[in-house]
Amino acid sequence: MKLVMAIIKPFKLDEVREALSSLGIAGMTVSEVKGFGRQKGQTEIYRGAEYSTNMVPKIKIEVVCDDDLAPRVVEATQSAANSGAIGDGKIFVLDVGQAVRIRTGETGETAL
Amino acid sequence: MSFSKKLCGMAGAAALSLFTALPAWAQDAAAAAPVPNKGDTAWMMVSTILVLAMILPGLALFYGGLVRTKNMLSVMTQIGAVACLAMLVWVTYGYSLAFGPDASEGLKPFVASLGKMFLAGITPDSTAATFTDGVVIPEYVFVSFQMTFAAITVALVLGSVVERIKFSAVMIFALVWLTIVYFPIAHMVWAAGGLFFEMGALDFAGGTVVHINAGVSALVACIILGKRMGFPKEPMAPHSLTLTAVGTGLLWVGWFGFNAGSALEANGSAALAMINTFVATASAALAWMVAERVAGHKASALGFCSGVIAGLVAVTPAAGNSGPFGAIVLGAVASVICFFAVTVLKPKLGYDDSLDAFGIHGIGGMIGAIGTGIVYSPSLGGPGGADYAIGSQLVTQILATVTTIVWASIGTTIAIFIAKAVTGLRVSPEVEQEGLDLGEHGERAYNY
Repeated sequence: MKLVMAIIKPFKLDEVREALSSLGIAGMTVSEVKGFGRQKGQTEIYRGAEYSTNMVPKIKIEVVCDDDLAPRVVEATQSAANSGAIGDGKIFVLDVGQAVRIRTGETGETAL
Repeated sequence: MSFSKKLCGMAGAAALSLFTALPAWAQDAAAAAPVPNKGDTAWMMVSTILVLAMILPGLALFYGGLVRTKNMLSVMTQIGAVACLAMLVWVTYGYSLAFGPDASEGLKPFVASLGKMFLAGITPDSTAATFTDGVVIPEYVFVSFQMTFAAITVALVLGSVVERIKFSAVMIFALVWLTIVYFPIAHMVWAAGGLFFEMGALDFAGGTVVHINAGVSALVACIILGKRMGFPKEPMAPHSLTLTAVGTGLLWVGWFGFNAGSALEANGSAALAMINTFVATASAALAWMVAERVAGHKASALGFCSGVIAGLVAVTPAAGNSGPFGAIVLGAVASVICFFAVTVLKPKLGYDDSLDAFGIHGIGGMIGAIGTGIVYSPSLGGPGGADYAIGSQLVTQILATVTTIVWASIGTTIAIFIAKAVTGLRVSPEVEQEGLDLGEHGERAYNY
C-alpha cells in the first residue's frame, strides 16, 4: 500500500477530488495547511506598517491506495492540480505498513 | 334666604374671578422665563443618544477590530467601563466643575464651582441657554448631552494604550484624568467666563476639548506606559477590519448628533453642521486613499476608515463654522496630514500609539482647530461677519490649541503616575503574551 500525500493550491481541491473519484478512490483526508516554497508570500500594509507573510495557505490531501493504483493517483493529481504557475505544490509517495478499518477490524487492502 | 343665597352667589362669583385671574398671572411670569421648544428638545435628546452610539458600539468596534484577537474583549470592556464611569462622575461633580456656578475670580477662567454637585437645584423645569437669546432646552437634556462628550473623550484616549494596560489602571486613570483634564478644558471652551470662551476661540463641537485633548493625552500616556512587547518587529495586524468598518459607520452616523447637536437647537446652524459632517468626511475618506496610492500602496479599507475618522475629527470644530466647500478642503488637508503622521512620523519617532489616537485625533484635531480660523471667513464661504479678520482669529485658535496641549500633557502625566502608583499600570509579560481577554477578564472573544 502507498500513501499519496499532495500539497496543492486550495482552489484546485474540487478538481483533484473528482479526478481521484473517477479512479475509484473511495476516501481521502484533507487539511488546511500553511507553508512556503518557491512561491513568495503576500505583503500586508496597515496604516503604513508592513507585514510580509512568508506562509502561503495550501491544502494537503492524503490518500492511501494499493500499490498498483498509486502511479495513476499521482498522475491524476498532478494533472488536475496543475495550473502552470509557481506554487502549484508537491506530491509525495510513502510506503504504508498496515491499514485497519476501525469498525470491523479488517486489515490490509480490504480496509481501504 | 334669597338674600343670603344671592350673597353666596356674589361671593362665589368673586372667588371665581379671583381664581380665573391666577393663571393669567402665571402666564405673565412665564413670558419672562422662556419655555423649551419641543422640536429643539426632541432633537437634542436624539443627538445625545447618537453620541452614545458613537461610543457603544461605535468606538468599541472601531478600536476592537484594530487589535489582535486575544485583546478584543479587553478593548470593548475598557471603553464601556470608562464611559459608564464618566457618566457617574459627570452627574456627581463633573457637570458642576464644567458648567456650574462661577468659581472665585482667579479660578473662573479654568473651572466652575461645585455649586451644582449632585446636580443640586436641577429640576425638570430647569433650562439651559442655547446660542439664541430666549431659546432654551431642558437642563437635564443639556447635562446628558454634555455627559456623552465626557464619556467618549476619555474612551478615545485608550486607543494608544490598549493591549498592555491593566483594566484597574484604566479605571483609576479615567477618574483622575476626567477630573483634572477634561472638566477644566470643557469649562474653558464652552462655559461663559471660560478662558477660551472669553478669548473668542472658535470650537463648534469640541475639536480642542475632545480631539486635541484626547489625542495629546493618548500620546503622553503611551510614551509613559511603553511599547507593546514585540513592537514594531512582530506583526500586529488588526484582527477584524470588518468590525472596524462597522464601527466607522456607526461613528459617522453618531457624529451627526455630536456636531449638529452642538448647535443645541434644531435650526440652520445645526443644518450647516450636518452638511459639513457629510462632505468634509467624504473628501477626507477619498483623500486618504489617494495619499496611499501616491505613496505607492493600494487604496485600503483601513485607509478608508482612517480617512473617515480624520475628516470627522477635523470638521468637529468647524462644523457650524465653515461653508461646505471650506469643510471639503479642510477634510482633505487634515486627512493627508494625518496619513503622513501615522505612516511616516510615528515610525520615525518610534512611540507605540497602538491605534493612532494621537495620529488621527490629536493631529486631525489641531488641523481642524487652526483651520477653523481660516474657513470661518466669509470670503471662503464661511459664516463669519464681513469684518472677520483671519489673522487675529488664527492667533486665538493657536493659543487655544497650545494651551490645550500643555494642559493635557501635564494632567495626563499626573493621572498616569497616580494610576501606576495604585495599580502598577501594566499587565505582566505573561498576560500580555496570552492576551488581556483571558488575563484580565477571564474570557475569549471568539470560541470557534
